[in-house]
Amino acid sequence: MSYLSIFFQYAGQYLKTRLTYRADMLVEIFSDLLFQAVNLIFILVVFGHTSLLSGWSKDEMVFIYGFFLVPFAIFGAFFNIWDFTDRYIVKGEMDRILTRPIHSLFQIILERMELESLFGVITGLGIMFYSGHQLGLSLHWYDPFVFVLLVAGGALVYAGIFVALASIGFWSDSKTDIMPMMYNIGNYGRYPVNIYNRIIRYVLTWILPFAFVGVYPSAYFLGRDEWYGYAFFTPVIGVIFFGLSVVFWNYGVTKYRGAGN
Amino acid sequence: MAKYMEMIRIRFLMMLAYRTNYYSGILIYSINIGAYYFLWSAIYGDKSSIQDLSIVQMTTYIAVSWMARAFYFNNIDREIALEIKEGKVAIEMIRPYNYLGMKMMQGLGEGVFRLLFFSVPGMVIVYFIFPIQFTTHPATWIYFLISILLSFIINTQINLLTGIATFFLFNNDGLIRAKRVVIDLFSGLILPISFFPVWAQGVMDYLPFKGISYISSMIFTEGFHGNEIFHGLLNQTLWALVLFIPIQLLWTTAKRQLIVQGG
Repeated sequence: MSYLSIFFQYAGQYLKTRLTYRADMLVEIFSDLLFQAVNLIFILVVFGHTSLLSGWSKDEMVFIYGFFLVPFAIFGAFFNIWDFTDRYIVKGEMDRILTRPIHSLFQIILERMELESLFGVITGLGIMFYSGHQLGLSLHWYDPFVFVLLVAGGALVYAGIFVALASIGFWSDSKTDIMPMMYNIGNYGRYPVNIYNRIIRYVLTWILPFAFVGVYPSAYFLGRDEWYGYAFFTPVIGVIFFGLSVVFWNYGVTKYRGAGN
Repeated sequence: MAKYMEMIRIRFLMMLAYRTNYYSGILIYSINIGAYYFLWSAIYGDKSSIQDLSIVQMTTYIAVSWMARAFYFNNIDREIALEIKEGKVAIEMIRPYNYLGMKMMQGLGEGVFRLLFFSVPGMVIVYFIFPIQFTTHPATWIYFLISILLSFIINTQINLLTGIATFFLFNNDGLIRAKRVVIDLFSGLILPISFFPVWAQGVMDYLPFKGISYISSMIFTEGFHGNEIFHGLLNQTLWALVLFIPIQLLWTTAKRQLIVQGG
């Protein structure tokens, strides 16, 4: 059985269930858009009072935010594992998952996907094209390929961090608020890292590498060559973090003991 | 009146039983305050003040608006929506109290709890991390307390309105989410209203949202001078009174066309 065909089967079913409640879906997409607009408005309003922010112009900031939205949307569509412990460990749903001959993490991704989040990709691209146009950026033939690679890297960074956190559930099913905390830390990645102090910058680069979701990869498209090293490192960081988190997950699964009967 | 007081007390005790949940909340709010602190420091650069606010005032503004949010914020819109969906609201309606009044009191019980166990310790912690200044004028503290109480009333009224909307929409998760985003932006939580372009400020003068966060935070940071404080408090009071009208209207209509789904 190919994983790809299973994915399309699930996606098809998902679309059917969602299209049953069209109004609800539209409101949800609308409130997503609103949420993305708020951050954009913040940037626009702030630049009414300053022209440069640690060396970044308004259009550059907007571009970084636009880029951030794309990997974040992909992460949001496929990695809804923030309530993994509650949903799968405490309720014993993990037992069901483990009896099936497909990788457990892949099944959870399929069951919990929220494809409407992918609208963020469109918003992000729109914002990037608009600000890129304002900045007079030009596209090379290879840029779309680099873009896909960097976006994949960014999404994998997010996925890696959250899969690793979800894996903790295999050892302890007690309620923690570490997931919402991580979502809030992730917001730091929306802005250029050089506005933070040295320690936070280090953490955002090497420990919780959220900077690889926004500012580092954007630097490539903005032609900021002082950050190119980091920009090209994005896919590597993504693969390393996601790979490690899957190893951690697989190890966690062997420690899973079920919840009661 | 006694039964409402009792409701505040019970909610307070309920929250007290789960107080450990709140330590991580303080951390989350501190993380948010931190993000905005660095952002604003970069925005200020070497400017000494923007829109009459110094960087220290700005940091204080961010800190106090997040910590005040812990007081006025509540989920009664979600609770009402759930009770309507599950049909429990029918039983609530035959109980010898005003349902909406009771919801508001529950929110107040929660708010008082969070004020004592979240906002106050949170403010102390944040004080040690970021450059924040507390005013020494006792009058400012009194105005601030009056102001956040009004913030609570306005925010809760808006929550009641969103909650009652479930009667007409049946499923209003999206509306609740959208409302939260709108309030975060237009209340001045993430950005003081005075930073917006003039035309936008003009629009916001006719909306109740700035009474939720902006006015109380400006009073606390002493960004308001003289009459501005009284204008602010008056604006809040007026909205708190005006908002009762749509609530009553919606509530009466809702009761008339109530369909209990199950229950």
